[in-house]
Amino acid sequence: MGTILEMRGITKEFPGVKALDDVNLAVEEGEIHALVGENGAGKSTLMKVLSGVYPHGSYEGDIVYDGQVKTLRGINDSEREGIIIIHQELALVPLLSIAENIFLGNERARNGIIDWQETNRRTAELLARVGLKENPETLVDDLGLGKQQLVEIAKALSKDVRLLILDEPTSSLNETDSGKLLDLLIEFRARGLTSILISHKLNEVEKVADTITVLRDGATVARLDCRQGVSENDIIRDMVGRSLDDRYPARDPRIGETVMEVRNWTVHHPLHTERKVVDDVSFHVKRGEVLGIAGLMGAGRTELAMSLFGRSYGRDISGEATIDGKPADLSSVRRAVNAGLAYATEDRKTYGLVMDQSIRRNVPLAKLDAVARNMVVDHDREAEVAEEYRRKLNVKSSSIEQETVNLSGGNQQKVVLSKWLFADPDILILDEPTRGIDVGAKFEIYTVIRDLAEAGKSIIVISSEMPELLGITDRLYVMNEGRFVGEMPTAEASQEKIMSLIIKSGART
Amino acid sequence: MSQTTTNSSNDSVPAGQAKASWNFLRGHLREYGILFALIAIMAFFQIATGGILLRPVNLTNLLLQNSYIVIMAIGMLLVIVCGHIDLSVGSVLGFIGALAAVMIVNWNVHYLVAGILCLGVGAIIGMAQGFWVAYFKIPSFIVTLAGMLVFKGLTLWLLAGQSVGPFPPQFQLIAAGFVPDLLGGEEINLFSLAAGVVVAVALLGLAVRTRARQIRNGTADEPFAFFAAKNALIFIALIYMSWLMATFRGLPNVFIVMALLIAIYSFVTARTTIGRRIYAIGGNEKAAKLSGINSERLTFLTFANMGMLAALAGLVFAARLNTATPKAGATFELDVIAAVFIGGASMSGGVGTVVGAVVGAFIMGVMNNGMSILGIGIDWQQVIKGLVLLAAVIFDVLNKKKG
Repeated sequence: MGTILEMRGITKEFPGVKALDDVNLAVEEGEIHALVGENGAGKSTLMKVLSGVYPHGSYEGDIVYDGQVKTLRGINDSEREGIIIIHQELALVPLLSIAENIFLGNERARNGIIDWQETNRRTAELLARVGLKENPETLVDDLGLGKQQLVEIAKALSKDVRLLILDEPTSSLNETDSGKLLDLLIEFRARGLTSILISHKLNEVEKVADTITVLRDGATVARLDCRQGVSENDIIRDMVGRSLDDRYPARDPRIGETVMEVRNWTVHHPLHTERKVVDDVSFHVKRGEVLGIAGLMGAGRTELAMSLFGRSYGRDISGEATIDGKPADLSSVRRAVNAGLAYATEDRKTYGLVMDQSIRRNVPLAKLDAVARNMVVDHDREAEVAEEYRRKLNVKSSSIEQETVNLSGGNQQKVVLSKWLFADPDILILDEPTRGIDVGAKFEIYTVIRDLAEAGKSIIVISSEMPELLGITDRLYVMNEGRFVGEMPTAEASQEKIMSLIIKSGART
Repeated sequence: MSQTTTNSSNDSVPAGQAKASWNFLRGHLREYGILFALIAIMAFFQIATGGILLRPVNLTNLLLQNSYIVIMAIGMLLVIVCGHIDLSVGSVLGFIGALAAVMIVNWNVHYLVAGILCLGVGAIIGMAQGFWVAYFKIPSFIVTLAGMLVFKGLTLWLLAGQSVGPFPPQFQLIAAGFVPDLLGGEEINLFSLAAGVVVAVALLGLAVRTRARQIRNGTADEPFAFFAAKNALIFIALIYMSWLMATFRGLPNVFIVMALLIAIYSFVTARTTIGRRIYAIGGNEKAAKLSGINSERLTFLTFANMGMLAALAGLVFAARLNTATPKAGATFELDVIAAVFIGGASMSGGVGTVVGAVVGAFIMGVMNNGMSILGIGIDWQQVIKGLVLLAAVIFDVLNKKKG
């Protein structure tokens, strides 16, 4: 097998920024090639060059594909060559069926009239190839994220893909679905399909990749051959340019008395009201404690947090919550905030930030009265506050006037955190605080969590990344199918222990 | 992975003054663009009409003719920033005019009492529509489309298909009256001139203060030349306009009402927590709600406010025509909405300014007036106004993409 793709000396400049600087990437035919790097390292830009989003001529350097220099002028050009990219944000139409989505823009039609028999038959074939047992006429909206990802891959296969590019395919999948997806990649490799995998999850990269190219600050810094043995720490060292021996900041927990206690909390689904999304959950959190809630995607953790935080989710909510021993009024977001609770969402774009507004306007939003007098916003005070948090949390930005839509994921997350830190809660719930952000920014966020705990706050971390929970929390609850199925001090916890609790509880029902 | 993430915090150090100015202009093209557009359009018609446009009597007329559109555009700006739309304002304007006429002319209710009652009814109409939009999440397009039909019908019913008028002279003063010259000028209205100068100086002072604060915070990104030119222009224009009007009959009462509304609502939108929260709701309602903002109540109040301003516009319009007609207000909602979008508001909410909406309204008004003077038929006027609206929004979208 030879080299299927070689990108030579790619340089791409935006006004004022060199996004890619003499980047080289060589992909062997039939391998799984991982592309890793911190956010902003240039991975997505490089893939946009390859797929023709940035057309030939807007960058310097050559793309050699199949031994020929190619001049790709758009996605259509690259797809004709069999180069297909699946973006992190899926591009499916929710209210169309699987079959309609797969052949969207590429309809099986004769004289403009769609042949549904043929469409469904071909779809069934493709679904079998990706191991998805669904009816081709099922609406995409009715599928979980993991299955939607598989539909995207089936769509790629329908176009005679030769080089499949996956941008963060598992970032919103749970462990089971991630595992399935990676197995599928390995299966494709056995059939000779080449893939490029962009991922932040280094354990996955280590598991499936044959070769790894590491980008840092828009330049190629390393090409690692996994067949010779590569450890996660090697990759991290190349990614951040320094060794992160300790991925979690050291901390000396000083845990006080119980601050919040929740008893028999039950929440029903907002539409399917007979379904209990959270079922009779009781827990407590102490002062200065970092509490973890482990579980698979869809276990009900976000729903639990949001129902506590001003009943922002669900209906027919029952149960009681006390803060400092007194019943807490959590019936609206404002009251929950006043009671000392805060919730930083897992979905920054939808629930966290007003994207078109500046850092300055986003930071004080949850406690606007604190920067206002008689309802008149004091711009000086507001700027001071925003600047203070921008500096404290090291938000990489041109100034507090920068719109949050232009920040990278990690920096957006820091703005969300700033907002809730400024609201000065006693109990802070962080939902997937490090999803989709790079190693360096993760460490900074862990440090913020540690500092808050040391200042006597209580932090509740919801996360699907078990190593993270094991690394930063003091105590863990395990949640599955709406119920808490285990509790343990983190010192006694392990990934295996958590998984087995989840599996056992699943088997019981 | 946008390129901005690799920017370090200190790359805003200007490579060259010219480049910084250019970058600033690109970032704020919209704000300057609309001001330039108004000036260019005025200059064009001033020349094309041989100087008629800026004759004192025409200028005064222009203000009076557009006052009700401006008043409603202020309310509509809030509704649109909040992420909604109100199609009923034209019908509400007509309905309130009819209500005022029936109360004052047929029932002999005192005009002040009737006026206050009408504003109250307007607010209630706004609340009735806002209630469904805010608390039941019925799309505002549909609720206010229904409102448009309902109040058009109620206007017809109330007036029994007839025109009702005339109003007592005191009521007409709202729209046709002028501020008396308290300073006793002879040839020209000294009070009007003085008021213009005071406002111009106050605005200049405010701008200088804001600038000083920005410099203190290190957020002054507007090059000094731009700042100076813009404010000098506004200063001169205000004094020139007030002088022009002073040589006719002075400041119209409506103008004072408009100026006050513009000042109050600019302040509310830019400086108060309520304004800030409305922008947040329009920008991302879910995030706003999770930040503890009561989006339902604010949406409700925004519609109530719109209803009240539509009622005020209804009173002004009725007073101006000196009669309430069943057809009053038809298609005004389209002019109002167009003004707000020309003024730079975004259909998806969260973006727009009061001053932008007012300038948008005047761009439409000057074009109406100028084209009428030139004898362009109503047919082509509509075509041209439509194209201007489209061009303004296309410009917005392209400008945003580039940025």
